[in-house]
Amino acid sequence: MDVGTLTQQIVNALTLGAIYALIALGYTMVYGIIELINFAHGDVFMVGSFVSLWLLADFLGFRGPINNPLQLVGILVFAFVFSMGVMGVVGVLIERFAYRRLRNAPRLAPLITAIGVSFILQNVIQIWRGPAQLNSPQLIDVQAGFYLGSAFVHWISIFVITLAIGLMIGLQLFVSKTRMGRAMRSTALDREAAQLMGVDINTTIAVTFFIGSALAGAAGVVQGLYYGYTFFQIGFQAGLKAFTAAVLGGIGNTTGAALGGFTIGFIEVFASQAGYTSWSEAIVFTILILVLVFRPTGLLGQRVVERA
Amino acid sequence: MSALRQLRNSLFAGLKPVSGPTGNYLHAHQSLSVVFGMALTATLLPFIILLPPFSGFATQPDWVQGFASAGIFVLLALGLNVVVGLAGLLDLGYAAFFAIGAYSYAYGASPFSGVHLPFWPLLLVGALVAAVFGLLLGAPTLRLRGDYLAIVTLGFGEIVPVVFRNANTYTNGINGIGGMYRPALPVYGTFLGLDPVPYYITVVALVTVAMILLYRIQDSRLGRAWMAIREDELAAASMGINTVTTKLLAFAIGASTAGLAGVFYASKVTIISPDSFLFAVSFTILAMVVLGGMGNVWGVAAGAFVVYEIQSEFLKQLNGFVATLGLPAVNIGFLTIDISKVDFLQYQFLLYGLALVGMMLLRPEGLFPSRRRQAELHDADDADAANQELVEA
Repeated sequence: MDVGTLTQQIVNALTLGAIYALIALGYTMVYGIIELINFAHGDVFMVGSFVSLWLLADFLGFRGPINNPLQLVGILVFAFVFSMGVMGVVGVLIERFAYRRLRNAPRLAPLITAIGVSFILQNVIQIWRGPAQLNSPQLIDVQAGFYLGSAFVHWISIFVITLAIGLMIGLQLFVSKTRMGRAMRSTALDREAAQLMGVDINTTIAVTFFIGSALAGAAGVVQGLYYGYTFFQIGFQAGLKAFTAAVLGGIGNTTGAALGGFTIGFIEVFASQAGYTSWSEAIVFTILILVLVFRPTGLLGQRVVERA
Repeated sequence: MSALRQLRNSLFAGLKPVSGPTGNYLHAHQSLSVVFGMALTATLLPFIILLPPFSGFATQPDWVQGFASAGIFVLLALGLNVVVGLAGLLDLGYAAFFAIGAYSYAYGASPFSGVHLPFWPLLLVGALVAAVFGLLLGAPTLRLRGDYLAIVTLGFGEIVPVVFRNANTYTNGINGIGGMYRPALPVYGTFLGLDPVPYYITVVALVTVAMILLYRIQDSRLGRAWMAIREDELAAASMGINTVTTKLLAFAIGASTAGLAGVFYASKVTIISPDSFLFAVSFTILAMVVLGGMGNVWGVAAGAFVVYEIQSEFLKQLNGFVATLGLPAVNIGFLTIDISKVDFLQYQFLLYGLALVGMMLLRPEGLFPSRRRQAELHDADDADAANQELVEA
């Protein structure tokens, strides 16, 4: 592999990793606060891609790239805010109606409910838009880019990576600096004690779901812009890979989720480069199993949670 | 009156298990009641469907063909019930063991492998191979907490079809393996593809044997250990139960039942491909177990049968029925609903999803609950949240 290909593949890996990281953050936040593997989270990402498809293609009528930079920025900001908002609300609704009642039920119950929600989301979308793969408008010209040495780097990749890192920094600041962020951290640490200290548990958990789902919504918009298509079943695969990323980084740890996301991106891109495209899923899941068996706390996780 | 009750209790001990904290005193009669119950059900079913409205849906041979396929899912649900219902471990990759059983048969009796071993011993081989894979997956992962286990099994369920799809030389890849030899009996001869009766009888026999064995295991020391682990793993461990071995056995027994079902499935459809064992299958079986009532053998079997018939017959019939009603299309603003053009088969998984969520929220013990499970699941409702938290921590 020459330097040019290597650079290009690194950029590809970072882009893919950024998408996984955005989804992984939702898994890790929800797991951190209520210790639930939200199986439906991958499908929240999928629904997000359909919301952005509806907004851009059906409502605003875009078909291809926008050349006017000012208009492009305006539309992109609107699309992200809209999709993130809608998906945030969807996430809060899922928590309110499917998970809240089961907070003190045996572990199996919310897990089974989450799988049910996942299938509901998939099928609602399938009924709404049909089972076929749909094309999304790629507002940023996917051919455009610049040369970095001998490697051609696409603007869209730069955009996706910057956006993801920006959102992650924003999340980090929110969690560490704001009052609500502190409430989230204390709820994750000890729900009882937090409640005794006056933290409104229900609001805090709802906000966590809102943020996690909004980030998945952002990843959904990126899916459309970067790949130019969406499909009602993309959430399952993407969700599993993002969950692997969250576990790899140390579940409950937001920095870990980002790190895990990029790691999975690299593994997948370089497995494809080596000619094992059809095996990439199997490789990712094998990694998941190995991490869970040998280092269940992940790369950055410190909490050793083992409760009966 | 009391004699009548006694008769009912001994005949239908399985339908209404008398289980309390001290265990089930009626299990001596349970094997007999399973044989009796299954024989009665299996004899009546092919005639019940001759009555309207069932007679209008399909011909009798088609119905029996469907029942033979439903039996496969009953077996699968019975096996998953051991893992999810009894031991309380969420296995989301259960279809992988089904696939392993089916491919075992393909290697043992198809032109692809060039081997033609008889069907009956292969049933045991398939069960054994699946059990070995269950042990291989379980040994390193069962130490994990429950929800991690769910993800690992989900990953395993994804990997197995990927391997079967990509290892072309050994599995014929995406095209799958076809031309499986059909089962044969010494006097009867080889089963014919068009005649569903021998398959039907075989599957009824398999389900009966599986139910008897599962009932006996459930009432044994092992079964009680599973339930103890499900209720409180820490307490079970401190009572001297080896939790890893016990959970491993649940995994292996569950997997072997799926292997058995896989062998029968392969011999019945005679062509298998990796795409027949995707997550949707694992999910369907889980929905059957949850709907039927986790932990109750008869309930789970009934749940599987009903769900299978709904998906294979009634949704199809509903399409035709609604189309004949000729309801006009409804127009609500941007949305047009034309109910006569709705394909209800499309809604199958939506219905499962809604059923899972609804059951968990409203009736977590299932439609035909096991009494012990019911008491457990409603425990949380009574105890106040704070107390529950303290118990967990």
